[in-house]
Amino acid sequence: MNKFSWYEATSIEDALQQVNSTVSEELYQPTNKASVFKSGGIDMFDWIKEGLLKPQKIINIRNIPGLDIISYDPKRGMSIGSNVTLADIASNPEVKDHYLALHQAVNHAATPQLRNMSTLGGNIAQRNRCWYFRSADHDCFRKGGDRCSARQSETGENENHAIIDNGSCVSVHASSIATALMAFNASVVIINVEGEKKKVTMDDFFVTAGKDIAMENILQAKEIITEIILPAPTKNTKSTYIKQVARESYDWSLGDVAVVFEVSGNTCRSASIVLGAAAPVPYRSMEAQRAIENKTINSENALAAAEAAMKIARPLAKNGYKVPLFVSTIKQAILEIS
Amino acid sequence: MDTRKEKFPYGIPGHNLSEIEREIPIEEPPVWPVNDKLKIIGKRVTRIDALDKVTGKAKYTSDVRLPGMLFAKMLRSNLPHAVITSIDISKAESLPGVHAIHLIENVQKEGEENKNGKYPMVKYVGQPLGGIAAESLEIAKDAISLIKVNYEKKPFVIDIESAMEMGAPIVFDEPITQQEDGGDVGEVHDGSKGEGNVRGPSTSSFFGGPRGDLEAGFKEADVIVERTYRTQVHTHMPLETHGVVVDWRPDMMMVYASTQNTNAVRNEMASIFNLPKSKVRVFCDFMGGGFGAKHSAGSFGPMAANLAKKSGRPVWLMLDRQEEHIAEGNRPNSIQYLKIGARKDGTLTGIEQRSHGTAGVALGAGVGRIAQILYPCPNFATEQYDVLTNAGPGAAWRAPGNVQGAFGLEQAIDELAEKLGMDPLSYRDLIDKSEVRKVERQRGAKLFDWSRRQPAGSGKDVVKKGLGVGQSTWPRFVTLDSSVEVKIHNDGGVEIRSSVQDIGTGTKTILAQVVAEELGLKVKDITVNIGDTFFPVGPGSGGSVVTGSITPPTRNAAFEAKKELLKLVAKKWETDVVELFIEDGQVGSNKNAELKMPFKEATKLMRTSQISKIASRSDDYGGFQQPWGLAYGDLGSVQFAEVSVNTDTGFVKVDRVVAAHSCGRPLNIGQLESQINGGVIQGVS
Ligand SMILES: Cc1cc2nc3c(=O)[nH]c(=O)nc-3n(C[C@H](O)[C@H](O)[C@H](O)COP(=O)(O)OP(=O)(O)OC[C@H]3O[C@@H](n4cnc5c(N)ncnc54)[C@H](O)[C@@H]3O)c2cc1C
Ligand code: SF4
Repeated sequence: MNKFSWYEATSIEDALQQVNSTVSEELYQPTNKASVFKSGGIDMFDWIKEGLLKPQKIINIRNIPGLDIISYDPKRGMSIGSNVTLADIASNPEVKDHYLALHQAVNHAATPQLRNMSTLGGNIAQRNRCWYFRSADHDCFRKGGDRCSARQSETGENENHAIIDNGSCVSVHASSIATALMAFNASVVIINVEGEKKKVTMDDFFVTAGKDIAMENILQAKEIITEIILPAPTKNTKSTYIKQVARESYDWSLGDVAVVFEVSGNTCRSASIVLGAAAPVPYRSMEAQRAIENKTINSENALAAAEAAMKIARPLAKNGYKVPLFVSTIKQAILEIS
Repeated sequence: MDTRKEKFPYGIPGHNLSEIEREIPIEEPPVWPVNDKLKIIGKRVTRIDALDKVTGKAKYTSDVRLPGMLFAKMLRSNLPHAVITSIDISKAESLPGVHAIHLIENVQKEGEENKNGKYPMVKYVGQPLGGIAAESLEIAKDAISLIKVNYEKKPFVIDIESAMEMGAPIVFDEPITQQEDGGDVGEVHDGSKGEGNVRGPSTSSFFGGPRGDLEAGFKEADVIVERTYRTQVHTHMPLETHGVVVDWRPDMMMVYASTQNTNAVRNEMASIFNLPKSKVRVFCDFMGGGFGAKHSAGSFGPMAANLAKKSGRPVWLMLDRQEEHIAEGNRPNSIQYLKIGARKDGTLTGIEQRSHGTAGVALGAGVGRIAQILYPCPNFATEQYDVLTNAGPGAAWRAPGNVQGAFGLEQAIDELAEKLGMDPLSYRDLIDKSEVRKVERQRGAKLFDWSRRQPAGSGKDVVKKGLGVGQSTWPRFVTLDSSVEVKIHNDGGVEIRSSVQDIGTGTKTILAQVVAEELGLKVKDITVNIGDTFFPVGPGSGGSVVTGSITPPTRNAAFEAKKELLKLVAKKWETDVVELFIEDGQVGSNKNAELKMPFKEATKLMRTSQISKIASRSDDYGGFQQPWGLAYGDLGSVQFAEVSVNTDTGFVKVDRVVAAHSCGRPLNIGQLESQINGGVIQGVS
């Protein structure tokens, strides 16, 4: 770990004045002069301890007043401040009542200790999971290197990696909570140093590896996430979330699925189906959505939707198991809606 | 030696508990009755250090802080096979805060040219090359990254099967003199025979060598199962990593160590640095776990000592998680070929076993003795080979070799039962001659409700259930070089001293229980000071030897100390010492109920400020250690598992385990359960 200075930000403006880079930029092209945001610090310190990130200044945004509020309005929906901890979301009754899939996703993310520390802003902005990316000893496109260690035909250990959109980087996004947020069509509110505020959907917040190998989201230096907004559900909104893991107590996702439906009776009127740990960023399966919309929710249609989702899957040498895993999990998630 | 005859409780409670007569030394205390008749032994006694551990008061090796102490980091190779041409430490040396750098060099005789080069050949990623001590761990790490090692790369092999191929890169072209690290009781294989990267075979154990005639056995067989099973490499991962703090004072080398064997570390350090054993003190108060890989001083122990010597300061050197994974031991993998033959009626006619495993650059990748002894088949042979690869060395881990061996054998027995059309549990009743495991099967099956087991293919759901049973065995070992001192102080305090360490299983607590039982006191009245080599030598925590080795001398020492105390009371009361006893903290007399004296008061009668008695483990009175029988080869466990398999996703879930284990006299039921639970959880994960 390098020596760095510590800055306690007191307001959003203050923080934006101080910051000059992002963790992503710094990992791609290290300057060792960066001033970067730290919220819960869980992901950020992983990089620092590995020696891959050597910031000059850490700007602690964790104590900025007003960013740790959850509010719900039946008409406008829910706002979750970027500094709200995962533990607070996990125990919030309104989240459970109105956004069941999010409640489930948060409760299955990380461990109780980590949920006490981690914030929602940090969670969606954390970097991808790939052991080569996160190891100082290995080469990787995302660190500005010229090869992807995970793809190497004989030696690449890619059992946890992507089966969709895996043309360049094959890592998967670490946030299993983002899977649920995207399924609810949540938006991210971002403010820049000029004080301009923008609201982007989760679908637009994430950036595929094909577009930009250096980052998984649109965040630029001198931009801060202030809140995440979930649209209000209707009385016909139903949702569920399933995460598959090797170890049940806590583990990173091998494949997770969030499903949010508008139903009438047992028919799906509109579908939002998002897959986590399938692609380098959370993946909305248009194919599965199309296949189930305006259909009765039954075993046969659920399976058809699940198989439609997996038509485009291109597994790597060691992650072929993910295809049947997703077929089964998508089907199960859809059936849980009925 | 004068002896007397005494009867010991012997057998399985609720089944065939009876007595057995042995000759014991005349001065030893009377044999304890069964646990029901004892007050503290065999009860659920809370660990004496439970509160200290859960509140963080307990200080582990990594918590040790000494005045002027430096923090050290090891330099490790990041190539799997290479010759080091040079090492440039100039930048590291000049980093402010760095106090000492030590590089590992080949030993060379004076005046002779070193044909092996200055530095040892690199044979695996993570091999220790040197170390740096600095004012903070961060500085030490930074300094390590400033060292420039120049290598000449060599071809390497890390995969067991590739390593066995003709023309594979050779890991050792010299014979290996190093012997296998089997913990306290592993077999010692000779690493000099073999070809290429393959060493061995080892064909015998302390249970003997091959038996009978395999070929004839297989001819007799109506049914044969022939299979190859594989197990993977595991790394140990105790919560506390390996490490030491070395404080090399002018008069003595003080070593705080996270170790399973204070005494072995003491002996190693004394021998490496040419010091008398009396001038090395190894201390381990609280131990953050170990599963077999913490029996020695490793390379970090001498490294810390060298850095302490060079800097003239105490040196803290704990490894990190990554170092644990790559360099501090693992359970080797295995590829086991098994051929088992049986007659139609199930009688075994032959067991043939051939295994290959890799312990990286070390030996010790055999599959143990399970196939040899679990079922008494007349025809048996094993060939166990070690395959060398450019990977970190293996180390003993909870029943070294036997875990892999039990997995393979029990799979094959299940397959054989299926071929014979027999239930796997009743088939074991038929071929297993162990009385202990018979009772374990009966009781386990009842708790587990084995009768729920359905024939294969019965489940129609996506998630299918499997119910299975597996067995294992581990002999009873005793370390006779096990001694304890019991002191009674004249303020009523009682103290136990030994170098034996509490690996986390609760050794401190059972020692206190034994002394409390013998002295008629409470567990909280006893102070346990162990894990210090300035005290009498205790056993290493390996091979399941500790409790059976250290508790008998503990009781004997307490008994001797008590006798001496009671003599003083007898003198005061003008009675005969034989009629005196201590119960509930009071000295009393069999003859005269009027006579009573609190223990604390009795200690005031002492002429000196303490009574001190040291006792050592006696031999087993010519009885217990038989190759077969209740107290040795016949021990073991039977475990039942209920497992769900999602046939869509392939996810396997262990729903329930019932474990029946034999253990001799249980001393503390809670701690015993923890042992078994820990074993099962570790096995599942
Ligand atoms: C063992 C383990 C298991 C885990 N399992 C899961 C899991 O199952 N599912 C899951 O979703 N996550 C999991 N996590 C990840 C964990 O939830 C995240 O690391 C955590 O949410 C990050 O939050 P943080 O507040 O600590 O972020 P930080 O580390 O503080 O920040 C992360 C990144 O976000 C940036 N950042 C933070 N806040 C803002 C903001 N307001 N605006 C702009 N940028 C910002 C930082 O600069 C940094 O780059 C796991 C982590 C561990 C260690
Ligand atoms: S998969 Fe992506 S993150 Fe992993 S090594 Fe390849 S480029 Fe880097």
